[in-house]
Amino acid sequence: MIEFFSTNGIALLIAVPLLSAFLTPLFEKINRFLRNLYIIFSVIVTVTIGFFVSYTIFVSGTLVYTLGATEPGLTMPSGLRVPVRIVLVADAFSAFMILSSSIIFFVSTIYSFGSIRKGFGKYFSLFFIMAASVFGILCTGDLFNLFVFIEILSISSTGLIAFRKEKPLSLISAYNYLIVSAVASLMILFGIGILYGQYGMLNIAAVSRAIKFSFVDVFAMVLLIAGLAMKCGSVPMHFWVPDAYGRAPSAVTAFLVVSSQASLYALFRVSFMLFAGFSLIQLVALAIITFGLLSMFIGVTMALVQKDIKRLMAYHAVSQTGYMLLGVGVGLFSINTTFYSHGLLAMEGGIFHIINHALYKGLLFLTAGAIIYATKERDLNKIGGIARKMPFTTIFFIIGAAAIAGLPPTNGFASKFLIYESVFVFNPLLSIIAVIVSMLTLISFVKIFCSAFLGPEREELKNIKEVPKPMLVAMSLLALCIISFGLFPDSVLKAIIEPAAKALLSQGAYLEAVF
Amino acid sequence: MILNSYFLAVALLSLVGFYALVFRSNMIKITMGLAIIASAVNLFLISLGYRYCGIAPIFTDAPIDPSQSQLKMVLPVPQALTLTSIVISLAVTALMLSLSVLLYRKTKSLDIRDIKEALSND
Repeated sequence: MIEFFSTNGIALLIAVPLLSAFLTPLFEKINRFLRNLYIIFSVIVTVTIGFFVSYTIFVSGTLVYTLGATEPGLTMPSGLRVPVRIVLVADAFSAFMILSSSIIFFVSTIYSFGSIRKGFGKYFSLFFIMAASVFGILCTGDLFNLFVFIEILSISSTGLIAFRKEKPLSLISAYNYLIVSAVASLMILFGIGILYGQYGMLNIAAVSRAIKFSFVDVFAMVLLIAGLAMKCGSVPMHFWVPDAYGRAPSAVTAFLVVSSQASLYALFRVSFMLFAGFSLIQLVALAIITFGLLSMFIGVTMALVQKDIKRLMAYHAVSQTGYMLLGVGVGLFSINTTFYSHGLLAMEGGIFHIINHALYKGLLFLTAGAIIYATKERDLNKIGGIARKMPFTTIFFIIGAAAIAGLPPTNGFASKFLIYESVFVFNPLLSIIAVIVSMLTLISFVKIFCSAFLGPEREELKNIKEVPKPMLVAMSLLALCIISFGLFPDSVLKAIIEPAAKALLSQGAYLEAVF
Repeated sequence: MILNSYFLAVALLSLVGFYALVFRSNMIKITMGLAIIASAVNLFLISLGYRYCGIAPIFTDAPIDPSQSQLKMVLPVPQALTLTSIVISLAVTALMLSLSVLLYRKTKSLDIRDIKEALSND
């Protein structure tokens, strides 16, 4: 049984949610109770497989699954020198991302049981497709497959952003999101086509071994990196983020954070696997660092002036994406230089920030959703004094806000401190900017806390109640993760972050697993 | 040289598509622009696999000794990629059109700038 799951795990991780997506409407036809039972069952199965797969990878190394082969490990049938079949590969970095996506997937499902009132079956169909595509992006070892999963992700997320289709604003946000992601994916496809034309291969490992960095390859690199950066919501193509995050149902927003991180994963995978040996890679790294800094700064300054609570948090998401780009960009810069050890540390900070961001941003979006659910109001000027009526939500909000601002007992402190420390060696100015952005983040969250939670009770908000139990359970799970990651950062770093950073930096294990 | 004219067509088509995306505000025209870029990318993929005077890549038609034969086959993989990409761009186009229809029903306008203005005034 264990054997079966460890060999077929990564294929099942994609197959189970995809199957559930199409079975959920069928169960809906029978009755509601059976449908809910099936949804819970299938989410638990998916998440268990996700945890199990990432555990297996951390313990025993990279997993490979060849689709359509007689044996899962048979990447190259006899007589062939390159893998021709579609190969799923998951190394420690993928395992790390699978872990973080599984947690958020589980939590946002629980939350949805409280917050979504109508169209439950349709909602979960799209949600399962989105989960399948996120896991697909994280596991695939094939460039074209990557494109297909990215497109499935953008189509399903468009459906979910436009889920409240009676509101024109959510329709227009979905439209914007679809345009950006369709253009981005076409750019990615164009880049992949160029690489295919040069080397006649689509397998990432095989292309990475054959790549020669001709002029045309550089063009492909620019297209791929630009396309993926557009999808992960970094400046200058960040304008879809506040719309999409702000208008989607809150459980979806928490998962959208993870799905943009899947694009971030693809960006890192492509730049480290395919283009790490490129002589101008430091230029690419500098570009990534610059985009990171700009995202941090523009995100947080735009957030300061927002009134809509979810738009405000969405701008913070842009700003936090900047931290990850900064950390990993410094790591990419130092790949063949003397401050390699600091580069590794910066990478660890950037990667640690990915999971922390998923956790606390997820929690903050869920609390924002809870506030909107209870008060039916999203304008910060019209919300006030809800701390007395919603004590649990208030506590969760404080935990999330402390984490995003990087205050000590939370996980945000651990990763941000790692980034400051290592980036300081690279260039002190970058660290200073990062600290300033962090302070601005704190200011902005203190503002929300004061205006929405504290203050006099408002006449029109007299009758609000605490949100339903599933939503509280979901938020408390995330809060628990945040606190425990913040209390034991060392063991988390040793157990999952360090292997992930090393896997990203050294391509040897990945190549060895495929060939 | 004449073979490279595909790539010229790809560049021209994507320019036309980007023009529509950036400078048009009618939602149907934006959708068309996106579809044109998608066609440009599809044309690029299919022309990668094209061989002059090639035949369809069917196993039984393959020459027994490839080094002796003059017969050339077009590459099968780009065709498979193009088919997939066509299906995906169909889905994207359909989704964009359905969003336009829904927005038109709500706002009685197809101009995306007008709609944004009207909504931000609310």
